[in-house]
Amino acid sequence: MSKELEPLADPGLPEHVHRKADIDPIAAKRAERQVAVLFSLSAAGTLLFIYSFFFIKEDLFIFIPVMGDTNAQQLGIGLGIAFGLLFIGFGAVHWAKTLMPDQEVIAYRHTLRSEDSDRGEFIKAAKLGAEEAGLGRRPLIKRSLFAALGLAGIPAVVMLRDLGPLPGNSLNETSWKTGTKLVTDPGDRPIKASDLEVGGVAQVMPELAPGKKRTLEDIAKDAVLLVRLRPIDFQLDAERLSWTHEGIIAFSKICSHMGCAVALYEQTTKHLLCPCHQSTFDVTRAAKVIFGPSARPLPQLAITVDADGYLIAKQPFTEAVGPSFWERKS
Amino acid sequence: MKFISKYRRHKFATPVLLLIALSALGFTFSAATAAPNQSAATASARSTLIEEGKEIFLKGCSSCHGLNAEGAAIAPALIGVGAASVDFMVATGRMPMQDMSQQAMRKAPVYNEEEVAALAAYVASLAHGPRAYTNAEIKWERDGNTAEGGELFRNNCAMCHNFAGQGGALSQGKYAPTVMGVEARHIYEAMIIGPQAMPVFNDKIITPEEKLSIIKWIKSAESEPALGGAALGRVGPVTEGLLVWTLGLGLLIGIAVWLTAKAR
Repeated sequence: MSKELEPLADPGLPEHVHRKADIDPIAAKRAERQVAVLFSLSAAGTLLFIYSFFFIKEDLFIFIPVMGDTNAQQLGIGLGIAFGLLFIGFGAVHWAKTLMPDQEVIAYRHTLRSEDSDRGEFIKAAKLGAEEAGLGRRPLIKRSLFAALGLAGIPAVVMLRDLGPLPGNSLNETSWKTGTKLVTDPGDRPIKASDLEVGGVAQVMPELAPGKKRTLEDIAKDAVLLVRLRPIDFQLDAERLSWTHEGIIAFSKICSHMGCAVALYEQTTKHLLCPCHQSTFDVTRAAKVIFGPSARPLPQLAITVDADGYLIAKQPFTEAVGPSFWERKS
Repeated sequence: MKFISKYRRHKFATPVLLLIALSALGFTFSAATAAPNQSAATASARSTLIEEGKEIFLKGCSSCHGLNAEGAAIAPALIGVGAASVDFMVATGRMPMQDMSQQAMRKAPVYNEEEVAALAAYVASLAHGPRAYTNAEIKWERDGNTAEGGELFRNNCAMCHNFAGQGGALSQGKYAPTVMGVEARHIYEAMIIGPQAMPVFNDKIITPEEKLSIIKWIKSAESEPALGGAALGRVGPVTEGLLVWTLGLGLLIGIAVWLTAKAR
C-alpha cells in the first residue's frame, strides 16, 4: 500500500427517492383525502367556536376526566379556535409534504460581492441623486433639515426623566413615629397588650391621622406583624428585649430579601417564613435568618404601651425596612 | 256508695286498690319533684358523657397523651385546651394521628359525632378552655360580609392558606391545609385555638363578626365556578407553568419534528 493520502472521491448526490404518492396513484388519492379531512376538521373547529359562542349557556359546567368540572362554553371556544387554526396548518403542511412537486434543487455557493460594473452603476446613480437634490447648492435646506433631524431624537432622551424623581430619603422612612398607635389591619382598631394571646399574631398598621387615607406606598413600607410568645422563649439581648412588651414582639412584615409580605408564622417552631423564596426567620432570636436567601433579619419595631394600655411604637424603625437598595445606610 | 260496698270483698279489690294508691303516690311524687329531678337527669347525663369520654380517651388517646391527659414527650398535655380543640382535631379526623410525622393530616374521622362530643366533654371537664361550637350557631350566611371577609382573608390567612384558600407549603414538611370544604364550625374553632402550626386569632384581633365574614368569603370561594375552564388546582403559576412547559412545549417539539421529517 502506498503511503500517500488518496483524496476521497466525490461521492456525488444520493439518488432521489420518490415519495409513495409520486409513484402510486392510490397513495396520492389517499394523501389527498387526508388533506381534505384535515381541512374539514379545521372547518368543524370554527363551527364549534361559533356554536359555543352563541348557543352554549355560559354557566353550563360539564365534567371532563382529569380536568374536573369545566365551563363548557369556554372549553368549546378554546378548542374550536385551536382546531380551526391548527388544522389549516396541518393540512397545508401535509399537502406540501405529500403532493406538491418533489424536486431537489441544487444552489451552488458563489461570492457575495457584486460585479464591478453593477457597483459602478450604483455609485453613479447615488451621485446623480445628490446632485439633483441640490443639497450642496441650497445650504438653507441642508441646515434646517439637520436641525430637524437632531431635534427629533431629543424626545427619546427627555422621556428618561420619567424614570425619576429620585426617591430621596423616603426608602429609609416609614409612617411609624414615637408614640404611633398600633391598629389592626383591616379594621383600624387600637390593640391592648391583653388583646393578644400567647401563640397569637396580629397584622398591624400605624394609626392614621383623622381624615387621612393610607396610600399603597405607605402600606408597602408600614406593614408590621405582632407575635406574642411566652417571654421565657426569647433569646434577645437587653436592648432588643426592652423593645418587646410582655412577650409581644413586632417585626416589619416586608421581607429583607425581595419585599414580599412575611407573615407565615408557625406557632410550633416560632419561625416566620417568607412565601416567595422560603427565607426563614427565628422570632425568638430577633428574626435572625436561619434559612433562605435573605441577608438581614427583619427590622424589629420597638413597642410599649401608653397610659391607657394601648400598644404604641416606642421609636421609629432604626433601619430601612424591606429589600436592599444602593443608598441603604445599614 | 252501693258500688263500693258491693265489690268490697271481691277477690281483685285489694290488688286494684293497691294499684290505685301506688299510682297516686307515684304521680304526686313525680309532679312535686319534677323540676329538680330533670336537672338531676341532665347533670347525670353530663357526667355520663364525661364518663363515656374518659373511657374513649383511655382506650384511644391515653397511650400518647397520658392517662390523665397530662401529655408526654410525644404529645402535648390536653388540660386546658378546651372542647374546641377536641372538636377540631378529632371531628376533622386529624386525631388520632395517622403517623408521627410533622403534622396531623385531615382524614375520615375515627370517632362519630357523639363520641367526639363525649371526648370534648371529658377534656373540657379537666380545666377551663375554649368551648366547641355547632354549625347552627355559626350564622355566617346571615351575619357575614363577603367583601370584608375577603379583605380579612387576604391580610390574615392568604399567606399560608393561598389566595384562593387552597392551602400551601410551610417549612420542613409542614403545610397549611386547604380551607375548601371545611365545616363552618371547624373554621371558627381553628381561628380561636390555633391548631398545630397555625397562630391564634382571638376575638380581640379578629372579632366574632369578622370571623363570620371570613367564613362567608371561604364559602363563596368554595362555590365559585372555574369560569376560565380548568382551574388547575387554583394554585397559580406552579401548575399552569408545569402544564405549559410539559404538554405545551412537548406539543410544539412534536410539531417541529413532524414539519422537518421527510415525507415517504
